[in-house]
Amino acid sequence: MVLDELIAWLHDPNHWLSSSGLLVQCALHLYYCVVSVLAASVIAVPLGLWIGHSGRGAVSVVVVGNSIRALPTLGLVTLFVLLAGIGVLPTLAALVLLAVPPVLSGAVAGVHSVPEEVRDAAKGMGMTPAQQLWQVELPNAAPLLFGGVRTAMLQVVATASVAAYVGLGGLGEILLEGIKIYDYGQTLAAALFIALLAVVLDALLAGASRLLTPRGIRARGRVPARGAA
Amino acid sequence: MIDELVRYFSSPSYREVLLSSLGQHVYLSLVPLLLGVLVAVPLGRFAQRAPRARAALLGSANVVYTVPSLALFVIIPAVVGTGATDSINVVIALTIYNAALLVRPVMEGLASVPGHVVTAATALGYRPARRFFAVEVPLALPVLSSALRVASVSNVSLVSVGALIGIGGLGRLFTDGFQRDFLVPIALGIVLTLLLAMAGDLLIVALRRALTPWQRAGGR
Repeated sequence: MVLDELIAWLHDPNHWLSSSGLLVQCALHLYYCVVSVLAASVIAVPLGLWIGHSGRGAVSVVVVGNSIRALPTLGLVTLFVLLAGIGVLPTLAALVLLAVPPVLSGAVAGVHSVPEEVRDAAKGMGMTPAQQLWQVELPNAAPLLFGGVRTAMLQVVATASVAAYVGLGGLGEILLEGIKIYDYGQTLAAALFIALLAVVLDALLAGASRLLTPRGIRARGRVPARGAA
Repeated sequence: MIDELVRYFSSPSYREVLLSSLGQHVYLSLVPLLLGVLVAVPLGRFAQRAPRARAALLGSANVVYTVPSLALFVIIPAVVGTGATDSINVVIALTIYNAALLVRPVMEGLASVPGHVVTAATALGYRPARRFFAVEVPLALPVLSSALRVASVSNVSLVSVGALIGIGGLGRLFTDGFQRDFLVPIALGIVLTLLLAMAGDLLIVALRRALTPWQRAGGR
């Protein structure tokens, strides 16, 4: 019976193609997620590399990262919107805020994972600090850094769905509308799309991580414990 | 802000909502954690003992953990056949997350128990079941407890999402506050969630210390 509702809902081309249909909302969802993770990476990657390289503030990164994990995303999103007004920007700001800590701790952990001998060898070869960072530490940090980006992406896909409650478009809008009008087929269809989007994005990032990690250190990389989605 | 806080707390109906939300939040975070452990221990043991099934088990745990919470909350009724707004959906969803999160640490924790300790226990006459619970599980606790901390913190933060399907513990304060354009319940909800997460974390650390006295005695 549940499946019938789902199939019936999916069978209507209008539900796919209309201006608030699955395809448009899926694209919008993807767009918000990519933009937020990119923005978070622009902030967090250089900062994380610097913290990891200099060793300054590494402890506070761990503390902040752990407490952000405890932040209720729905609370954060409603708080931002009440403080800054309804709109896409305050909501995206909340998404970026949630995406920064995982990327940051991934970058810091990545730089810290570089073996001391490797660092010494780079120094002994006469590399400048900038060369050490770009040619040695960054490639070695790549697997853990990408782990952080993947965690951030999952966090953002999940939170963007929740943020439909405060008016952010995307698949969450279809899901919540389904709840409101008691159309379980619609809710379920949207939920399956959200799940699919998350799984596909994670797989794509895993692939990108493998491609961009130099072959010599691929075997070492392991994704760190994921944050809550 | 202070005035609004006073106004909030002087209303008995608000206080009642606050207390019942808090109680529900504790319940919805704690029960899945316990159930998650119950599911993850046998699965982790199985993964440790059966290397062939290990990759498949850990792989599917990873995929399950990828599914966003709001989506999982509304997919559960379709799979299990529960009512769409039943709080059991949140319990099941979080149990699944916790089990997925804990399988690997259980496996690694059990694998970290030195082989000679297990052999010694066998030689002392421990049967497999008793050896498992009295020797292997306690020695795996340090590895396990750090994963439990992650799971409990993530539960406390995820329960609120349930407010969107009508069961959200403190999440109700967020939807209430948003609908009435009232900042106090939202801020209060965030602070209480953080405090609850912290309390859970401290509790697990304290339990670990109490259950692994040999670690404090200096080395094992």
